[in-house]
Amino acid sequence: MLDNVKIPEALPSVETKNLSVKFNGRDAIRNVNIEFKKNKITSIIGPSGCGKSTLLRSINFMNQLIPGCRVTGKIFFEGEDISGNDAVEVRRKIGMVFQKPNPFPTMSIRDNVIAGLKMAGSTKKNIYDEIIERSLIQAGLWNEVKDRLKVSALELSGGQQQRLCIARTLAVSPQVILMDEPTSALDPISTMKIEETIHDLKSQITIAIVTHNMQQAARLSDITAFMYLGEMIEIGKTSGIFVSPVKELTEQYVTGRFG
Amino acid sequence: MLKEELLRKKRKFEYRKFKSTLMLSLSIAASIIAVLPLLYIFFYTTASGASALNFDFFTNLPKPFGEEGGGMGNAILGTFIMLMIGSTFGIPIGIMTGIYVSEYSGSVMSVIIKFLTDVLSGIPSIVIGIFTYGLIVLQTGKFSALAGGFALGLLMIPTITRTTEEMLKLVPNTLREASLALGITKWKTSLFIVLKTASSGIITGILLALARAAGETAPLLFTSFGNNFWSTSLNEPMSSIPVQIYNFAISPYEDWHKMAWAGAFVLITLVFVVNLIVRIITKRKFTLN
Repeated sequence: MLDNVKIPEALPSVETKNLSVKFNGRDAIRNVNIEFKKNKITSIIGPSGCGKSTLLRSINFMNQLIPGCRVTGKIFFEGEDISGNDAVEVRRKIGMVFQKPNPFPTMSIRDNVIAGLKMAGSTKKNIYDEIIERSLIQAGLWNEVKDRLKVSALELSGGQQQRLCIARTLAVSPQVILMDEPTSALDPISTMKIEETIHDLKSQITIAIVTHNMQQAARLSDITAFMYLGEMIEIGKTSGIFVSPVKELTEQYVTGRFG
Repeated sequence: MLKEELLRKKRKFEYRKFKSTLMLSLSIAASIIAVLPLLYIFFYTTASGASALNFDFFTNLPKPFGEEGGGMGNAILGTFIMLMIGSTFGIPIGIMTGIYVSEYSGSVMSVIIKFLTDVLSGIPSIVIGIFTYGLIVLQTGKFSALAGGFALGLLMIPTITRTTEEMLKLVPNTLREASLALGITKWKTSLFIVLKTASSGIITGILLALARAAGETAPLLFTSFGNNFWSTSLNEPMSSIPVQIYNFAISPYEDWHKMAWAGAFVLITLVFVVNLIVRIITKRKFTLN
């Protein structure tokens, strides 16, 4: 579609077609079409209120919880239309990490990681320990917590809590993880660690990340999408979007002239 | 000119300071008046009932007039048994209603239920007693512990519903989202994540509801009635602390008055201890971020 910013060849893992979201009749996003390529990192940038988070939260049906919210259009997962599917099923395949670290305060680190499995009624109790270790290693937290898995999750620092939330999401083995500004509440060092984690996850998982930090988008992602006022303005290879965007608006935004 | 201005400012400041001191003194005076009755009750019941309070008081049956000693062991046991009966349905119904009103707020049904539980909490306890009398005592043809426990359970429901709802609303929404995003179903999220996070607050509510129900006399007067003997049969009339106090207090005998005071002391101590426990629990509460 856009010739000078060729998107890397890969199958779409998640795809939206004419996705629109209204809150109490007011448009939040309009007719958004985007493909999240398999095993690539896609970042969504744009000024506050442009609908980045709304787009992300619609994909795993989180918006649908909010009274007065209406979602239209289609969402495809691995080529299959999931728009009318059961939210619980969808969320097990498409996980989410939120802006503020939100571990379960009454649970230990260990229980936080396996919360999703336990509640889903998993009978694979004998492999819990294996899953806990694997998820925490993937999230880059294992070495810091392996000797105190039984302490409350609240004893961790903010950055560690966020990596615990990533581990918790990984434990249910999703194919896609949506990240809604996962580092905006964290210090630079924690941010760096989480970016490393995200980078390492790419080989196994498709990642979509909403960010306000353009350097982060540039560092991390293969594909960047720019949204403005609820519409998808431009999608392209990250280097293309930041160096030679097609649309005037994108260039103004990435060069810091507004937003 | 300047000096005059300064003086005027100073007078204004003095006046403001006076007003502030006056209001503060009035508030302190009101607070003292508010707690004075409690202190007075506490000292008076201790002074009047202490002489009748001994080990026998907790283990013996009430003695007929004229005999020395005796206690209200059966009344203490009866109160506990009837609280247990009330709890078996009052606590789960109260909590589940609280969950419904909080977690499914917004639906017309939940608004109506919230309104109705508020009304229920305002209904005088004697009306609950009459209702239970009509529903159970008249049907079964006799006073019973079951009827008394039922009345106490009904009284507990609105308090528990209210505290559950308020405590659940304090749980941040991000926690619900975290759980749902893991593919955990809504009911499991409500029960195992949200309710668990709010549990210390809810236990507080339950303890306070129990303490309140333990002291209720009106709903027991014509449901469990009272009993001068040890009875654990749920189908028979059963003694309870407040009703026993009432019976002792309206008697013409000095000894029995003392027993009534001692009973009152036990009740107050119970409420006091429960409040103390509640304080300790809420202090240790998990901090939510």
